[in-house]
Amino acid sequence: MAADTLFHRITDYAHRADPYPLYAELRENGVARQDDGSYLVGTYHDIAALLHDPRISSDRRHRTVPDGAAGTDEGVPPSFIGLDDPEHHRLRGLAMRSFGPPHTPDRIDGMHEDITRIVRDLIAGFEGKERIDVVDDFAYPLPVTVICRLLGVPTEDEPRFRLWSDAIVAGFDPTPGDDPEERQRAGTDARKQMALYLGELAEGRRGHPSGDMLSAFVNDAGPEGQLTPLETMATAVLLLIAGHETTVNLITNGMLTLLRHPDALERLCREPELMPLAVEELLRYEPPVQMLPQRTPLADIEVAGRTIPKGSPLILMLAAGNRDPQRFVDPDRFDPAREDNQHLGFGSGVHSCFGAPLARLETQIALHELLRHLDTPRLIEDPPEYRRSPVLRGPRHLLIGRGGV
Amino acid sequence: MLGEPRDGRIVVVGASLAGLRAAETLRAEGFTGSLTLIGEETHPPYDRPPLSKQVLLGKVPADRTGLPQRRRLDADWKLGVRAGGLDPVGKRVLLDDGADVPFDRLLIATGTRARPWPHPDEAAMDGVFTLRTSGDAAALAARLAAGPRRVLVVGAGFTGSEIASACRERGLDVTVAERGPAPLVGALGGTLGELAAKLQRAHGVDLRCGVTVTALEGDGRLTGAQFSDGTRIDADIAVIALGAVRNTEWLAESGLAAGPRGVTCDAGCRAFDMYGIVTDDIFAAGDVARFPHPLFEYQLLSLEHWGNAVAQAEVAAHNMISTGPRRRPHLTVPAFWSSQFGLNIKSVGVPTFSDQVVIAQGSLKDARLVAVYGYRGRVTAAVSVNQARSLEYYRHLIETAAPFPPAPGAADQRESPVPVPSDVPDPKLLSHGPTVALTGHLPDRRLTVVQPAR
Repeated sequence: MAADTLFHRITDYAHRADPYPLYAELRENGVARQDDGSYLVGTYHDIAALLHDPRISSDRRHRTVPDGAAGTDEGVPPSFIGLDDPEHHRLRGLAMRSFGPPHTPDRIDGMHEDITRIVRDLIAGFEGKERIDVVDDFAYPLPVTVICRLLGVPTEDEPRFRLWSDAIVAGFDPTPGDDPEERQRAGTDARKQMALYLGELAEGRRGHPSGDMLSAFVNDAGPEGQLTPLETMATAVLLLIAGHETTVNLITNGMLTLLRHPDALERLCREPELMPLAVEELLRYEPPVQMLPQRTPLADIEVAGRTIPKGSPLILMLAAGNRDPQRFVDPDRFDPAREDNQHLGFGSGVHSCFGAPLARLETQIALHELLRHLDTPRLIEDPPEYRRSPVLRGPRHLLIGRGGV
Repeated sequence: MLGEPRDGRIVVVGASLAGLRAAETLRAEGFTGSLTLIGEETHPPYDRPPLSKQVLLGKVPADRTGLPQRRRLDADWKLGVRAGGLDPVGKRVLLDDGADVPFDRLLIATGTRARPWPHPDEAAMDGVFTLRTSGDAAALAARLAAGPRRVLVVGAGFTGSEIASACRERGLDVTVAERGPAPLVGALGGTLGELAAKLQRAHGVDLRCGVTVTALEGDGRLTGAQFSDGTRIDADIAVIALGAVRNTEWLAESGLAAGPRGVTCDAGCRAFDMYGIVTDDIFAAGDVARFPHPLFEYQLLSLEHWGNAVAQAEVAAHNMISTGPRRRPHLTVPAFWSSQFGLNIKSVGVPTFSDQVVIAQGSLKDARLVAVYGYRGRVTAAVSVNQARSLEYYRHLIETAAPFPPAPGAADQRESPVPVPSDVPDPKLLSHGPTVALTGHLPDRRLTVVQPAR
C-alpha cells in the first residue's frame, strides 16, 4: 500500500532535500489516491490537462471532505488565487490593471534599474564577509524590498509581516498529522492581521496617489470598476506573500543548483545572455512552488483511467510533472540552455502565475549579478537546511564561502 | 521515389508564409539540394494578420510586417514573377516571363487572393479597395489616415469585421453590408453571429445584414453605394471583403486536381491528379491546399488559417524528403484567432462542422465565453471570446471525439447547459467566402443524387 502513504512521505521533512525519487514513484502510480481521500497527480500531461480543465475549481469551498482551511476565514474574503471565474477573472483583471498589460505595460520592465540597484546594494553588504548566507543576506531581502516598493509597503515593517507571512505559509502546508487545524487557525489569524495592516496603508492613500499598486487600487478606477476595500485587502495580502515567499526560493534554489553544476555556472559566466533560458530551466528543475494543493473537481473526472470523485482534494505535483521523462528529454539533467522547456513552474491555465514577469526579472538580475561579483563561490553545506513547507520548497539557509568580492 | 530524397531540385511556388516555412523545414531536416522559391510579389515573405489590425490603425507601417527567417535558406529567390503553368511530365514550372524552372519535387503554396468586386468598372474607381497584400494595406491605411467621411465595408467575415473595428477605433464612420443574417455567422454560426452584431452596433457601426450592395456609385471616384433594400449611403471608401479566391488558375492545364476550391491532396500533402491518383513529387500546403481530415469525417478541408499554413508546410516539407513509412499525415486540429471590437476570438476545430452549440463557460452578456460545437453527438469545435485559457481542454475533446454536449461542471457555466442549433448558414447565403470550407459534402447534406432513368 505504498501509494497510500506516498503523500506522507513527500511531505515528510526527511525528504525535503530530495523529493524527486518520490515524484518518480508518483508518476509510476499515475493517479495516487491517499487514505484521506485526496488524489495526487504527477505526470506532465495529466497536470497540464487538469490546469486547463474548466471543471477543476481553485475554490476550497467546493471540497466535500472536511477541509479546515475553508470557511474559517471570517472577515477577509478569499483572494483571486482561491476563486473561480468569473469572480477570479474580475479580481485578477482589476489587480492586473496596475501591474501589467494592457493598462500598465511597462511597470515591470521599468523596475529593471531599481532591481539592479537593490541587488548591487545587497552584494555590497557582503564586503568583508567570508561566509554568506544566500537566503538571509540576499535572496530574502531582495524580493521583499522589491515587492514592498511595488505595493508601497514600508520596508521597515518587514519584521511585522514576516511573522504573519510565516504563519500564513504554515497554514496552507498540507502536511498530514501534527495538528493542522491549529496551524490553519494561526494562519487565518495572521492573514486577517496582515489584511488590516495593508488595508490601512491603502486607505491612507485614497485621494493621495503615490504611484504604487496599493495607491492604484484605491485611486484608479477603470470601466470594470474598482476593488472594494475588502478586495483590496485580500489582493494585497496575496501579492505581498506570493511576491516574496516564492522568489526567495527560486533565487536560492538557483544558486544551489548552479553551485552543484560548476560547468553550467562557468558557462553562464561566459555567456550571460543565456540567463533567461537558465532561469526557465531552474523553474523546471527546482520549481519554488512544488505543488498546487487546493484544486477540487466540480464533477467526477477521469484521469489516467481513474475516476476522481467530485469534491475530492486534488493535488497537482508540478515539480513531478517538470521531471516527467514522457515530456522532457533527460529530465533529471540541469541544462541551462534547454530550448524545449514549457515547464509547469508558473502553473498554467487561468491561474497561471500573476507575478511571473517580476519573478523572472528579479531572478535573472539576481543570479547574473551574483555570478559577476562572487569570486569562486563554494557550497559549505550540501544539502543545506530546508524550510519546513513542502509546497514552497527551498533552503532555509544556504551558506557559501568565497574567494573575494 | 527516385534518387536520394535529401538531394536534387526542389521548387516552391508561392513565397509567403507556407512557402517560407516549408523551405526552412527542408533545410532544417537536412535537404542539401537546390531550393528555388517563386513569388508573385516583389516583397520577401511577410505576415498578413497585422494588415487588417495594427497596420490599419497606423501602429505599424505595412512594409514592417516581414516574417523572420529562422535559418539560412541558401535558396534561389525568384520574386516578382508569376508562375503561369506546370508541365508535370517534363517536370518544369513555366513562368510568365517565359522562363521555366525544372524540378525534381514541387511544392504548391500559391495561397489565395482577395475576391474582387464583380463589376470591374466599379472596382476600378478611386476609393475602392481590397485587403490582402501589404500594398493593399499600405494604400488603405493611408486613406483611412486622411480621414474619410464614411467607409463602406462589403462583407462581414473576419477580414471585413476587423477592418470595421479598425475604422471605429480610428473614429471613422463605418457602414458594414452583409448578405447573411449577422457578422461572422458563416464561420461561427448563429449564436456568436448575434453577439458580433450586437457588439458592432454597440461600437457605432452602421451594420446592415440581409442586404447586398447592388452598385458602387461614383464618377471615377467613389461617392456612395446602393443597397438591395433600396437604400443608399454616401461613402468615399469601400473595402471589398468578399473572401478569397484560390490561386490555382496556373494549374489549369497541369492535369492536377486543382480548381476553385484548391489543390486536392492527401493527408500527407501529396497532390492528386485529375483522376484522383496521388502524385509522388508534387505537394501542396497552405491556403491553396484542400486535404482530407479524419476528425471531420475525411471531408476535404480548405483552411485560410495562419497556423495551418505553418503546420501543413512543415508536414509537406518533411514528406518531400522522406520516403514511404517515414512520411507523416497533417492532422493538426484547425485553429485561428481574431481581434476586433475589443474581443479576442479564438477557435479550435471546425465550427461549421456542427449541428448544435452550447455556451459551456461564461456568458453572452459579458461577451466572455466559450461556445462548444457538436455534430451528431460529438465535439467538433470550440470558440472562445475573451476567455482562451481553457481552449486546450476543448481541443483535447475534439481530438478524442468526446461526446457532445461536453460533460457539465465547468466552474463558470452560467448559460443554459442545453444545446441549441448552431445555425450555420449555407455558404451561398453569405456575401463573403468562408475562411474554412468543407469542400466535400456538408454535414447536413449526406445525400446521393440518383439520376432518374430515361
